[in-house]
Amino acid sequence: MTIGGWIVLLTSVGTVTVLFAWCIYKVLKTQGETERIHGVESENPDEKTARDHG
Amino acid sequence: MAVRKESWNTRIGVILAVAGSAVGLGNFLRFPGQAAQHGGGAFMIAYFVSLLILGLPICWAEWTMGRLGGRMGFNSCPGILNAITRHPAAKYLGVIGVVIPIIIYMYYVYIEAWCLGYAISFLRGEMNFNRVEDAAGHWGAFIGAGKDGDAFGFGWGEVGGYLIFVFILNFILIYRGLAKGIEWFCKFAMPTLILLALLVLVRVLTLGAPDANHPENSVSKGLGYLWNPNKIILEERVADGTAEAAWRQTALLLPDEYASLRETVEADPARRITKTTLLEKIQSPKVWLAAAGQIFFSLSVGFGIILTYASYLRKNDDVVLSGLAATSANEFCEVAMGGLITVTAGFVFLGIAGVAANSSTFDLGFKVLPLVFSEMPAGGLFGFLFFFLLFLAAVTSSLSMLQPGIAFVEEALDINRRQSVAILGVITAFGCAFVVYFSKDVKALDTLDFWVGTFLIYILATIQIIIFGWVLGIDKGFEEAHRGSAIRIPRFFGFIMKWICPAFLLLIFSTWVIKDVVGLGAGDPDYHILDLFGETANTTAWLSIGVIAIMFSFVAILVSRVKKYRAVYDQPLQES
Repeated sequence: MTIGGWIVLLTSVGTVTVLFAWCIYKVLKTQGETERIHGVESENPDEKTARDHG
Repeated sequence: MAVRKESWNTRIGVILAVAGSAVGLGNFLRFPGQAAQHGGGAFMIAYFVSLLILGLPICWAEWTMGRLGGRMGFNSCPGILNAITRHPAAKYLGVIGVVIPIIIYMYYVYIEAWCLGYAISFLRGEMNFNRVEDAAGHWGAFIGAGKDGDAFGFGWGEVGGYLIFVFILNFILIYRGLAKGIEWFCKFAMPTLILLALLVLVRVLTLGAPDANHPENSVSKGLGYLWNPNKIILEERVADGTAEAAWRQTALLLPDEYASLRETVEADPARRITKTTLLEKIQSPKVWLAAAGQIFFSLSVGFGIILTYASYLRKNDDVVLSGLAATSANEFCEVAMGGLITVTAGFVFLGIAGVAANSSTFDLGFKVLPLVFSEMPAGGLFGFLFFFLLFLAAVTSSLSMLQPGIAFVEEALDINRRQSVAILGVITAFGCAFVVYFSKDVKALDTLDFWVGTFLIYILATIQIIIFGWVLGIDKGFEEAHRGSAIRIPRFFGFIMKWICPAFLLLIFSTWVIKDVVGLGAGDPDYHILDLFGETANTTAWLSIGVIAIMFSFVAILVSRVKKYRAVYDQPLQES
């Protein structure tokens, strides 16, 4: 592989790796990430309307 | 009365589900073939520019419109586009977003079965080949490419049993729902997939030059074949005439090798040296079209899947970082894994000639790589790992193709998940049986992939970005996207989403029509066009078009009868 090839490889692989790592870090460190138990929300339409507009 | 509304469990779960939807065979098989064919360095420049002006804008538009549509009570593409535009025509345009994933599922699950079958065959020690032709023959027999109806075999070396297994697996997972099915599976499958890819990558990068008779077939040269921005290739004449097909690539030369060989080759009419530079390649429209196409198909934008997935988010769940994170996961698997494994492995065992002649997705995956693994030390294990990783990538993608259909049937017929899964199961089983029966030359699969998996997703992506930029509007769209977002979309993306992205999509589409449909400048039209309108029209191709037409009619009739779609015209946009 030529020096140019190494530059293209390292730049491309480095860019996507750093971006991926940064995104994972940012997602994991964001506050308020809580597990809901069942993946189904029970919503009362009246409460929902009040919450959304409140 | 409380309403039970399905939702995702965690943000990391939905990110992995969307990333799983995007990561598929294209990352490990299509991308490296495209990058090598189109000049490595030049292709990567065009690729990253396309990611910025095409991939990310459409991705953010889909996430944003999906969450907005979900808040208005809709989870399917017709419902979401109808609610956002408040125009009856939009719900019919949204039919495309239901038809695309359902039809792609019909043939994708067939390919998924190939991957599982190959993984198990490696584990059973049955994959021993000496030539590409042997591996190609095995593939043809396994999938029934010889004649229609041959794919319905149920032995270890036939695809039928694997197909039934993966079909049932998909429906069990989809029946369990978003959180317990799709999200649960992707949370295990995606990290496992990346771990397997890393193991195979380490194996490939430590191969050196395994054939003592061909020291030029080394890992270093294999990487250079894909990544070098300027390429010097030695070719030999294999036939008379002036056509490019008369020449076969025989070696990738470094600059010092070129200097020492140049005079000898120039004096030999049976050999020649071709040089391509980054500057030449970057000026070629073909390179830009290939890069844009790869970004487009790789990210699964324009499938209608992200719209549906995002519709299950809550009002203030982040979409900007989530969209970027899912995109970056896909790019990592594609560039950092696929870009280093596939072509390098093929080059090391087959040399430049073997890889250059077999760079399409199926050729690389099911002809070149099985031969590579069968010749590699501990190849049975690594062959199993690689095809099992492809299988996992395929399952996470096929699962995502079912959810838009499930959401639409639930919405249109006002039925529960069990009933909608049953209806979709019957429809996709018939469609899948059609694809598998017409297995000769994989004609049904190929036709559906071209018209639905290529043509229609361009159309839907164009519709979506136009609705986001021109109907919803950039200001309102950005305001909606930034609701609860962990990061902000840079402002210049507004200009890109309104002008550059639609223009680029229309340019790609026009170029395709001029070149491949009309056939101007490139000789004959694309063979998919000739299959339908050429002198020897293909019956299977026409039957495949019939399947697409039936699906369109069925979904459009259902759309026309949904009362809640009409009810939204009287509501303000942000209300639900």
